[in-house]
Amino acid sequence: MTPLEILAIGILFAGLGFFVAGTVGMLRFPDVFSRLHALTKADNLGLALIALGTALLTADTSVTLKLMLIWFFVVLASATSGHLIARHALRSGQGS
Amino acid sequence: MLLWLVFDLVLIGAIVWLAWAALAARDGFEMIVLFMVLGLFVALAWVRLQAPDVALAEAAVGSGITGALLLKTWRHRRGRAAGDAAADARPSRALGFGVMGLVTVLTGMLAAVLVLIPRPAPSLAETVFANLAVSGVDNPVTAVLLNFRAYDTLLEVVVLFAVVVVVWLLGDAEADRRAPRLGSIFFGFARLVLPVMVLIAGYLLWLGGFAPGGAFQAGAVLGAVGIVLLLGRLYTPTAADRLPARLVFGLGTVGFAGAGLATLALGNAFLGYPPEAAKTWILVIEAMLTVSIAATLAGLFFGAAPSGRPTRESDR
Repeated sequence: MTPLEILAIGILFAGLGFFVAGTVGMLRFPDVFSRLHALTKADNLGLALIALGTALLTADTSVTLKLMLIWFFVVLASATSGHLIARHALRSGQGS
Repeated sequence: MLLWLVFDLVLIGAIVWLAWAALAARDGFEMIVLFMVLGLFVALAWVRLQAPDVALAEAAVGSGITGALLLKTWRHRRGRAAGDAAADARPSRALGFGVMGLVTVLTGMLAAVLVLIPRPAPSLAETVFANLAVSGVDNPVTAVLLNFRAYDTLLEVVVLFAVVVVVWLLGDAEADRRAPRLGSIFFGFARLVLPVMVLIAGYLLWLGGFAPGGAFQAGAVLGAVGIVLLLGRLYTPTAADRLPARLVFGLGTVGFAGAGLATLALGNAFLGYPPEAAKTWILVIEAMLTVSIAATLAGLFFGAAPSGRPTRESDR
C-alpha cells in the first residue's frame, strides 16, 4: 500500500467517525434542535472527509471536481432542509 | 470477495427490513419517509447489480419524485381526514385474508418461475451488442429503449400522459392554497441550485448516448426543478398556463409517435430510424421526451388544472 493510499484510508475512517458521531447524536439527543445540530454539522464534515479520501484514491481531476460539486450541493441542501425542519418545529411548537 | 459478500448481505437485510418497517409504520409520514429511504437502498442494490441506468431511474423517479407525490398526497389527506373516521377504519378480515392468499399465490408463481428458468437464461444481450453499431448510440440501454424497442418506450410515455390527463381532470386546485411558505433561505437555496439542476438535466440527456443517463432520468431532474419552483412559490400556475402545459404534456407522445410516422414515410419500419442519422433521431426524440416528462411530473405534483388568477407575491 502506498503512503497516499494509507493517508486516504485514514481520512475515510475519520469521515466515518463523524457520521457515527452525528448518528449517535440524532438517536440520543433529546429534542429536534439539538438532533439537527448534531446531524447537519457532523455529516457535512464527514462527507467532506469521505469525498477528500475518495478523491485521493481516484487521482482523476474530473472525478475530483465532481466529488467537490457533490459535497458542495449536499452541504447546501442539508443546511437548507435542516433550517426548514427547525423552522417547522419552532412554528408548530414541536421543538421540545 | 468476502468484503463484498458482507456488504451485499447487509444491503439485502436493510432492504427487507426497510420494506417491512415501511409497511408496519403506524404514521403515514413515517411510512413515506421509510419508503423513500427504501428507494435509495434499492438504487444502491441496482448499482451492485451493475445496472447504473436503473439505479439512476430508481433514485430519481422511484424515490425522489414518487416520494414528493406521496408526501403531497399525505398532506391532502391529513387536511381532509380530520373527523373522517371512515378513512382510518381498518380493512375487514375477509379482505385481509383475500390479500394474503393473493400474495401467497403470486410469491409461489414467482418462485416457480425462478426455479423453472432454463440455464443459461435466454438473453438478447448478444443480439443487442452485435447491432449496437447501427443503433446510433454507444450505451446498450439507450439503444434498446430508444431504438430496438422504441415502441415499448412510446407506450410508457402514453401511460404517463394518460395519468396526467386524469389527475388534472380530477384534482382540486384550490385544495393547496394554504400550503406554508418556505421563506427566504429556501429562496436563496433555490436560486443557487435551480440553474445547476437544469444543467444536470441536459448533461444526463446527452450522457444517455454513451453512458447511463437518458430522457427519463433527465426528465425527473428537470421535473424536480418544477417541484422546487412550486414548493417555494417562485412560480404559481394560473388558468392561463393550462393550454401551454397541456401542449407540453402531449409533446412526448405526439413527438414520439410523429417520429414513428416519419420513419414510415421514409419507407422504413415504424420507429426504424435511418442508421446513418440514428443518433440525431434519438437525440431529438429524447430531448422532446425530457421536456415533456419533466412538465408531466411537475404537473402531477401540482395535482390539478390550475384555476387561479395571477397574483403578486410579496412575502418571500
